[in-house]
Amino acid sequence: MKKMLDLARVVRSKNSGPYELVLDVILKDDQSFEALRESGQFSPQRIASAYGVPVTDIRRIVWFQPANAVKVVMPRHIVSGSPGDSDVYGAQQHAPLLDLEFDL
Amino acid sequence: MKPEFKILSPTAILGYGFPVESFLRGMAEKPDLIAVDAGSTDPGPYYLGAGKSFTDRAGVKRDLRYMLSAGVRAAIPVVIGTAGGSGAAPHLEWCRQIVLEIAREEGLSFQMAVIPTDVDRETLHEALDEGRIEALDLVPPLTHHAIDASPHIVAQIGVEPFMRALAAGAQVVLAGRAYDPACFAALPILRGYDPGLALHCGKILECAAIAASPGSGSDCALGVLREDSFILKALSAERQFTAESAAAHTLYEKSDPYFLPGPGGVLDLTGCRFIEQPDGTVEVRGSKHVPRPYQVKLEGARPVGFRTLAIAGTRDPIMIGSIDSIIEAVQARVAGILGEGSPARVFFHLYGKNGVMGHLEPAKEARAHELGIVIEVVAETQEQADTVCSLTRSTLLHYGYPGRVATAGNLAFPFSPSDVRAGTVYEFSIYHLLAIDEATMFPFRMESIGEELPQ
Repeated sequence: MKKMLDLARVVRSKNSGPYELVLDVILKDDQSFEALRESGQFSPQRIASAYGVPVTDIRRIVWFQPANAVKVVMPRHIVSGSPGDSDVYGAQQHAPLLDLEFDL
Repeated sequence: MKPEFKILSPTAILGYGFPVESFLRGMAEKPDLIAVDAGSTDPGPYYLGAGKSFTDRAGVKRDLRYMLSAGVRAAIPVVIGTAGGSGAAPHLEWCRQIVLEIAREEGLSFQMAVIPTDVDRETLHEALDEGRIEALDLVPPLTHHAIDASPHIVAQIGVEPFMRALAAGAQVVLAGRAYDPACFAALPILRGYDPGLALHCGKILECAAIAASPGSGSDCALGVLREDSFILKALSAERQFTAESAAAHTLYEKSDPYFLPGPGGVLDLTGCRFIEQPDGTVEVRGSKHVPRPYQVKLEGARPVGFRTLAIAGTRDPIMIGSIDSIIEAVQARVAGILGEGSPARVFFHLYGKNGVMGHLEPAKEARAHELGIVIEVVAETQEQADTVCSLTRSTLLHYGYPGRVATAGNLAFPFSPSDVRAGTVYEFSIYHLLAIDEATMFPFRMESIGEELPQ
C-alpha cells in the first residue's frame, strides 16, 4: 500500500469562487501520476467517503498531465463567509486526502 | 517577428509587498508594462458588501509608490485591476485617493484613466426580466430582491475597457473589478500580441511569484510575450520557474485547468506546453483564446445581520469528553430563557474538535487535551447579537454538566471584555453571468494628475 504522501508533493484545498471547493493533488513524478490514474483508486466514491458526503458532491475529477496533478471539484455546503462557515478561503479542507492509501 | 513585450508583476495582490531588489531587477529588464491585480473574492463577502478594502492602506501606498514612480520615470503604463480589493465605487475611490497622494508627494504628473465597473440596479432588473442573467454552477438563480439588497454590484471586466483607456493615452489605468489577467493582457493585445498567450501569461502573473518555486505572494515576476510563446522569469535569486510550478499554478483556484472561462471567451489550454529552460525560466506555448458571446461575471454581497463573538477555551477532560451534549444542553437552556422565535443564530466553533472542517470533519470524537471555543452569534441587530452572545457565554461558563468536578467555571477567557462586536455580516448574494454588448459598457474617465492639481 502507498500512502498519499508517498505519491504526492502537494495536497491542498482552496475556493474556486465562493460556491466551489477544489482539492488539488500534485504527484511527485510522471510515474506516480500515471500509476494513480491507471489504478482507478482515486475515485469519486473514495473521496466522497473520505469527506462523508454523497458521491454526487464530487462534481468533477480532472487529471492534468502537464502538472502531474489531479483536481477534485466539490460544492461548498456553506458559501464562503456566510454565517456558520468555518473556512472562508477553503484552504484547510485537504486533510482527509492525506489518510488515503492506494494499492499500486 | 514581433519584438518581445515584457510585463512586470510586482506582487500577487497590491499591498502584499515585494522586495525592492526584485522590483529593481524587474525594472532593469526594461519592461513595457507594470501591472498588478489588486483584488480577490477569497477574503469573503464582507469587503465587497461593506465597501472596504481587505488590504492595508499603508501597504497599498508603499507598493504603489514604487510602481508609479518607476512607471512614470520610465514612461511605461501602470495598470491596476480590482482597485481596493473588491473594485466597487468606494474601493476605486479609496485607491484613487492613494494614487493622488503619491503623485503629490512625489511630484508626479500623468494621465490616469479611471474605469468604474459598478452595474446599476435598473440595468440588472431589466436584464433579469429579459433572461440575460445566468447563474454559475452551484449558485441559486438571481432574484430581484438580491439585486435590491446588495449595496455594491460589480462586473469583472475584460481587456477591452483597459484597451480603450490605453489607446486614449492613459499612462495609469485604475480599474474597478476586473478579470484577474485583464490588467496584464490588455496592453499586449492592443499591440497585436496573441490574446490566448497574453491572457494565459496574465493568469499566471496575477499571482506574481506564487507560481515560481519556491512560491511567494510577495515577490515579483516577469512575463515576456513573444509572437508564439511567453516566458516566465523570477526576479530574485531564491526562486525560479519550473515547468511544474508554472503548470501547477494553472490549476490553482480553477475548477477545470484545461478551459478557463473569462469575459468574452474561454482560454483553451488543451494544447498548452510548459517547457523548462536551463536558466530557471519556463516557456509556455499553445494557449488559445476562443471567443464566446460576451458575458461578464457579476458579484454582489448583502447584509444579513450583525455578529458578536466570544473566544474561550477549556482544559477539562471531562467537559471535552462530552462537549457535544453540553453544547446542546446550553443551547436548549438559552432558547428556554429567550423564548419562542429567538432572533439569533448561534454557532459554536470548536477548535481541537471540528472547528476547521465542521460537518466535513471525518474525526468525529474530540481527542485533544484542550479545546478552543468561539461562540458566534448573528442577529438582526447588534444589540440582539450582544444579548444572545452574553447569555450563551454565561450559561456555558456555569453549566453544571453531568460528572463535572471543576465547579468554579467551565471556560478560560483570554480577554476582558470576553465578547467582541464584529459588526455587519454579509453573504454573497450575486455571482452570476450577465450578457452584455461590450462596446457600450464600462467607459473610462480620463484625469490629468499632477501639475494642474491644486496643492
